[in-house]
Amino acid sequence: MNSAIFSLKKVSKVFPGVKALDGVDLHLYPGQVTALIGENGAGKSTLVKTMTGIYQPDGGEIIFNGKPVQFHSPHDSHALGITAIHQETVLFDDLTVAENIFLGNYPMKKGLMTKRFSIDWSAMEAKSQEILSSINAHMSPNQILRELSIGQKHMVGIARALSVDAKVVILDEPTAALSHHEIHELYELVNTLRDQGKAILFITHKFDEIFTLADRYTVFRDGCYVGEGFIKDTNEALLVEMMVARSIEATYPKKDVEIGETLLEVSSLCHTTEFADISFSLKKGEILGVYGLVGSGRTEVMQALFGTTDHVTGSVKMNGKEVIIHSPKEAIDNGIVYVPEERQKQGIVLELPIYQNVSLPQMERLAKHGQIDQEGEMALARQYCERLQVKASCWDEKVMNLSGGNQQKVVIAKWLATNPKVIILDEPTKGIDIGSKAAVHEFMSELVDSGLAVIMVSSELPEILGMSDRILVMNEGLIVGELSRTDATPEKVVSLATGGSVTC
Amino acid sequence: MLKRLIYSREGVLSIIVLTMFFGVGVISPDFISLSNSVSIFNDTSILIMLALGQMLVILTRCIDLSVAANVAFTGMFVAMVNQYFPELHMALLIFLSLFIGALLGAINGLFVWLLKVPSIVITLGTMSIYRGATFLLSDGAWVNSHQMSESFIGLPRYEILSMPVLGWMAVVTIVLFFWAMKFSVWGRNFYSAGGNPMAAFYSGVNVGKVQFYAFLVSGTLSGLCGYLWVSRFAVAYVDVANGFELQVIAACVIGGVSIVGGLGTVVGCVIGALFIGVVNNALPIIGVSPFWQMAISGLVIIIAVIANASSGKDKARIILRNPNANDEIRAN
Amino acid sequence: MDTTIKKSATPDSMFTSKLQGLLRWESFLVLIVFLVCVMNSYLSPYFLDPWNLSDATFNFTEKALIALPMAMLIIAKEIDISVAAIISLSSTLMGLVAQMGAPVYAVAFVGVLAGAACGLFNGVLVTRFKIPSIVVTIGTMSLFRGISYILLGDQVVRDYPDGFEFFGQGYVYWVFSFELVLFAFFALVFYWLLHRTTFGRYTYAIGNNPTASYYSGIKVDKHRLILFTLVGVMSGVASILLTSRLGSTRPSIAMGWELSIITMVVLGGVSILGGSGTIAGVVLAVILMGLVTFGMGLLNIPGIVMTIIVGVMLITVVSLPVLITMYKTSLKRKEAKAL
Repeated sequence: MNSAIFSLKKVSKVFPGVKALDGVDLHLYPGQVTALIGENGAGKSTLVKTMTGIYQPDGGEIIFNGKPVQFHSPHDSHALGITAIHQETVLFDDLTVAENIFLGNYPMKKGLMTKRFSIDWSAMEAKSQEILSSINAHMSPNQILRELSIGQKHMVGIARALSVDAKVVILDEPTAALSHHEIHELYELVNTLRDQGKAILFITHKFDEIFTLADRYTVFRDGCYVGEGFIKDTNEALLVEMMVARSIEATYPKKDVEIGETLLEVSSLCHTTEFADISFSLKKGEILGVYGLVGSGRTEVMQALFGTTDHVTGSVKMNGKEVIIHSPKEAIDNGIVYVPEERQKQGIVLELPIYQNVSLPQMERLAKHGQIDQEGEMALARQYCERLQVKASCWDEKVMNLSGGNQQKVVIAKWLATNPKVIILDEPTKGIDIGSKAAVHEFMSELVDSGLAVIMVSSELPEILGMSDRILVMNEGLIVGELSRTDATPEKVVSLATGGSVTC
Repeated sequence: MLKRLIYSREGVLSIIVLTMFFGVGVISPDFISLSNSVSIFNDTSILIMLALGQMLVILTRCIDLSVAANVAFTGMFVAMVNQYFPELHMALLIFLSLFIGALLGAINGLFVWLLKVPSIVITLGTMSIYRGATFLLSDGAWVNSHQMSESFIGLPRYEILSMPVLGWMAVVTIVLFFWAMKFSVWGRNFYSAGGNPMAAFYSGVNVGKVQFYAFLVSGTLSGLCGYLWVSRFAVAYVDVANGFELQVIAACVIGGVSIVGGLGTVVGCVIGALFIGVVNNALPIIGVSPFWQMAISGLVIIIAVIANASSGKDKARIILRNPNANDEIRAN
Repeated sequence: MDTTIKKSATPDSMFTSKLQGLLRWESFLVLIVFLVCVMNSYLSPYFLDPWNLSDATFNFTEKALIALPMAMLIIAKEIDISVAAIISLSSTLMGLVAQMGAPVYAVAFVGVLAGAACGLFNGVLVTRFKIPSIVVTIGTMSLFRGISYILLGDQVVRDYPDGFEFFGQGYVYWVFSFELVLFAFFALVFYWLLHRTTFGRYTYAIGNNPTASYYSGIKVDKHRLILFTLVGVMSGVASILLTSRLGSTRPSIAMGWELSIITMVVLGGVSILGGSGTIAGVVLAVILMGLVTFGMGLLNIPGIVMTIIVGVMLITVVSLPVLITMYKTSLKRKEAKAL
């Protein structure tokens, strides 16, 4: 057995109030793919940032090629041949593809005093072309990045990681935004890299990926190292148990609610670039699950329903009456509210206190002659935050001081206070801890019980299967299938969502 | 390729400037003579140099309002040094102006780099301080031409190949900038640090340091322009270049430097400055009162940013694969 | 991990302690104002004379009138650099209608109307074309003042109708000038608007997070438009006062005022990045700047030295909180490491 090229030993990383990494170990071996497994908040992305020099560890040591090393900046780790494809796109929209690939590592013309001062643009283009064709990415090195699609940008990110003579390649959830076809190309690429003897760290949620690609695994939970081993010696149930320290059968508190008459009817909703021919209906007491990969257009459809998107055609009916929605205000007035995926960006004003966030959509109703009724605001906030069990020291605490789960509860409280008829939840449990997750699920059941209708957008399969009465599957801006609760199986949903066999 | 050049921002802008230039030439043929062209360029030299420095700052998502005050302070400083030590060599004085300018720029840069405070506030503050310091330095007195040495006044006017040294300094600055912004890692870092600071950091670029360099360069050029200004107008006083910072920013904006950072070219910036220069020089010739000049440059700034805003709109992410839909996008 | 759990689960107290409020920037400003008063009265026997103090208010009331809506605009994450140019254009138009023999109220009406139109124009450009307001107003700043130059050239207008001089030179009661009373009135109005009304709440919400505000059903663009118009209107009002006080109009009137107005706002504790600040802070900053200028005048210190002091204060205002947070986080890090 060859020895690890890159190891972390007892590495810790502390943020004010939180120990993000608590003495974790990780070993990467040349020519092997190691899968890093853990739930949201297990410390995976902190780990990636520590490995690439973005964060400096507060304890423990990093060992590269048998020698302890210290990374003071991303530059240091880059210089040793450690490259990462980050989860979020960390690219430059206004620069060319070629420059995006080589930024930080420009090819220089050789010659007198030109070492630092003479970027060799033609060599850069040629090399970029070479790398791009080696990964089957069809684009010109001279294109401006802004003109590319998300999938293409992702390929640029991969090309960037391959542009240096990498010894360690870190892939942080690389398949989240890719189509079925692109994922298979990526798998081949990973296999090629493995054959070239590179050490690969593959971070993912998806178990099928772990079992097709990885040789080894390491599991983290809540910032702590749980265990590692060979993939061939384990199975899915064992891994899940290590991840969450509970049995695989997660319980979803789905209540049987009597389904009422049709509330919302959407027919042939179209947008020039983002989605087409979206038609569905929603009944009282129903939870409609919408599943699709990131970038499949599901969020765009929901935002169109909420009135934030321009140039949308088609019709929306509430209670059989056609409604026109061009702004969130009109959506709210018609009883449609939207809990966005980007909670901190779109859902909530972090710097304002809880009660002001809750009252924000209906200030005018609460005010007398434009003057704020603070008592009324407080009463409203108290009523709904208590119902949702928001944990806070007082209702005028700033929302930024709450945990992610409690922030999400404040967003939901804000919308419930407007007495909506339809509530759209976009990735309602993304990035919140397990306890709050269960609370949100439980609350969804309560909501439909009280006569609301819920649309839940999610990319977490168990959540979709566990909570929905009906499931819509989207791919590339189209609804590609509709499954009832009893018909839906994980295989059917995933194959529809990745553009596999279209069975309907 | 040619098509792309014409449709590019710099292309459109050069066509407008050239049309204006030759348009005025139709009315008054003297205007487009070589000597007048050189003189327009020479008149615009200081604006060009300051605009290039400002471009670096704006590229990194900052703004430098203190340039004009820097010009005034450094100008006064070197003028007084010249007044009291007329024997001092000119090379030393120029070095001194570069040094003082760099120092004042570095103060701005350090605040932005180390404390990460908004540059607009810092430079608003240093703008008052530098201008006030100019007063303290001179006690409100003027340094007039007869108190300056001959070489102090003569240097920018000395002609090489029928262009004054002042113009040549601008040429050298333009060439240096063009090369640095295209071929040096140092120059490219301004684009990455301003275009996407987070991604730049991930790529090993120290964003704060890049911002510091931007202020340093802007300050250094302001220092040099301080000497050039005082020498060209043969007088130094507290209110030198008062309000000029806004013309400098205007030149950048007209030249297509995006105020949100990461976008802008040396060529665009120079043409933006030349635009203002040509308008200033053309108005008296076509018989329009010079009082129109300010309104025209205001109008041009507004038109330029509106044009920018409608061409550079974020394209929606394209999800549909439907070819018809894609055709529609191309048609737009 | 979850720090909120440690605290009581059901909130008993509705508001955090009022004590915290005492440590705010405004309290610090009050202290400085007090110190300056003490120092000034110690240094000069003329300082505490009511008429002297009243005279001193003239050098800031006009700027202060614009600082009030400017504070709201900056809290909403926008800025208007064209205010001084609006004063100029509005003053020019007033001068022109006055020359045509318009009565006092028509002249004043034109002043306010011109200001409103300029503000609206800025607002339309910002909201319709999604251009950063700093660029828009750098452009309109040249445009508005440029139009003044086109209309007046190097002329000076001096013939105003009788009674017009009251706005800038008249007294309402005893030492209380019309300008001062008007400022006090508008300070109360803007206090009410920002801190007591839905409009004010929306301003804070938009300044902290425009996207989330939009998603909460607030008409963000309309709100911005109103704010820009408000700044324009108040610039028009300031223009009436200034024109009346000087008794003349020229295009170069109020040159450079935009920067001292923004300085007042920032000095008052309004974050230039938007989202926070109070009217009380701005009023205190205005008084402070007025007193310091006045005191230095009594001591025969030239006004330009004041600009240095203002510059230093401005930089201190933004740097101090950063330094304090840096110090605090370094302490917290040490604590966390000790865990």
